Amino acid sequence: MTLTGTAPAGPRQRFDAMISGEERIEPRDWMPDDYRATLIRQIAQHAHSEIIGMQPEGNWITRAPSLKRKAVLIAKVQDEAGHGLYLYSAAETLGVDRAELLDLLHEGRQRYSSIFNYPTPTWADVGAIGWLVDGAAITNQVPLCRCSYGPYARAMVRICKEESFHQRQGFEILHVLARGTPRQRAMAQDAVDRWYWPSLMMFGPPDSESAHSGKSMAWRIKRYSNDDLRQRFVDIIAEQVRALGLTLPDPDLAWNAERGHYDFGAVDWAEFTAVLKGDGPCNRQRIEHRRAAHADGAWVREAARAHAAKQADRAAAREAAR
Amino acid sequence: MTTGTGPGTDAATAGYLLRLGDDALIAGHRMAEVVTRAPQLEEDVALANIALDLLGQARPLLTRAGELEGEGRDEDTLAYLRDEPEFRNCLLVELPNTDFAHTIARHLLFSCYARELYAALAASTDDVLAGVAGKAVKELDYHRDHAAQWTVRLGDGTEESAARMAAALDAAWPHVDEMFTADPVISAAAASGAGVDPAGLRPAWDSAVDAVLAEAGLHRPDLPPQAGPGGRGGRHGLHTQSFGFLLAEMQHVHRSHPGAAW
Repeated sequence: MTLTGTAPAGPRQRFDAMISGEERIEPRDWMPDDYRATLIRQIAQHAHSEIIGMQPEGNWITRAPSLKRKAVLIAKVQDEAGHGLYLYSAAETLGVDRAELLDLLHEGRQRYSSIFNYPTPTWADVGAIGWLVDGAAITNQVPLCRCSYGPYARAMVRICKEESFHQRQGFEILHVLARGTPRQRAMAQDAVDRWYWPSLMMFGPPDSESAHSGKSMAWRIKRYSNDDLRQRFVDIIAEQVRALGLTLPDPDLAWNAERGHYDFGAVDWAEFTAVLKGDGPCNRQRIEHRRAAHADGAWVREAARAHAAKQADRAAAREAAR
Repeated sequence: MTTGTGPGTDAATAGYLLRLGDDALIAGHRMAEVVTRAPQLEEDVALANIALDLLGQARPLLTRAGELEGEGRDEDTLAYLRDEPEFRNCLLVELPNTDFAHTIARHLLFSCYARELYAALAASTDDVLAGVAGKAVKELDYHRDHAAQWTVRLGDGTEESAARMAAALDAAWPHVDEMFTADPVISAAAASGAGVDPAGLRPAWDSAVDAVLAEAGLHRPDLPPQAGPGGRGGRHGLHTQSFGFLLAEMQHVHRSHPGAAW
């Protein structure tokens, strides 16, 4: 494909050669403008997803049903904040800053993963998010550890390790519930029923309709198509759900020996589009929570800046007096 | 086991551990409430970390309290199935997160106390408590430092931040004395060597807090201790108004499923 950019032939050729030679592009390397823009969009969206993703589970911290679960959940939400930090830092290597990206999030001009616009009405949702949502995220993100942009790839290595831990914790929450009282078991099944289809939507629209896929594949930002990753995920959870002793709400789910994969039903892309456009159950609430935290903290951030400036002035005055 | 010599001593130590465990549990719960609402992402990480440390202190303390009590109550039974009058935490730790300054003021005053307390308890005759204390003192060094740095930033920051920090200290200050007041259970634990008399921690607390306030350009509030009905407070199970709501939220799922495992 033809890459647009305004650089002289030398750097462009070097960039193309690095991409095709599977070398990592680093912040100081020349890169085409739309490679940079694509990465900023993707990394920012990913960072926003981490910090918005703190909310659906974060609202269970104060209600976690045992002290062990409470500790594990606090640690998980803390990890998500940490992932947000690595990713905003990775985005900053491309010449944008975190404050600017947060403003874009708060103004609704950059997106986050639509999955976090679904509610978490029961404790079992914490398990279902860990198993299905983190599971889908890992399936998407493991290939990103080999992404052509160095800072993003390196952030993903660490993130994937923590995410796979989260996924096991989610599975274990559901496993305990599925073997618990009838009410606990019903709670687990209900949560899986609600999160299954939205988790399949996390891989994005079908390949035939994916706006950004072609270019990202050529640049080795993306390695596998949306549909391939979705299939890989279904193949995994269709087996795991049996170990849980629960079911997936998909009458068309069946092993296809010929394809060597599970067949599965049609995703409701109208729902995906509606949630993406802001009409999901929690879109307004999630952004409002973020905006409120940011606005409530404005005086704190301002105080920290004012104190730092005063400290610098005092140090300069001491220096001048010597 | 090196603890005590008889059932009376065990009961006093159990009661003492319950006080320490409840302080850590409730302080951690309040801190965890702020997660996802912090002024910046670094603080979401830091406050979650502090909440985890406190919960990590509370769990073995409550477990040990249950063992010594000998009535088959584990950490979850104690955390989730006691009613408000049975909680023995001091009132300071249950004060709400009115704003970030209140969160910081509460934890500055508490961590300066708990840091000194656990430093002394590392020599407790109760092995479990001594072990928890040895670990906790390092964690509380960090908590105290975190709270002190924010107190200085807010006190020395803007006019608004200084006013908010001063108001937050005013709100917390009337609950300071309770931390240093021994009740019969605490005195018995101190006498047995399992616990310490908190009054002895006061001079170190005063100098640590005064140093932070001086650097922050803030004044020590000139406010008397809050008077409880008949001189009673958190150590007697008489709590502030917001505490019942905290427990309702914390306990409702566990209580809705009697006997369930999680």
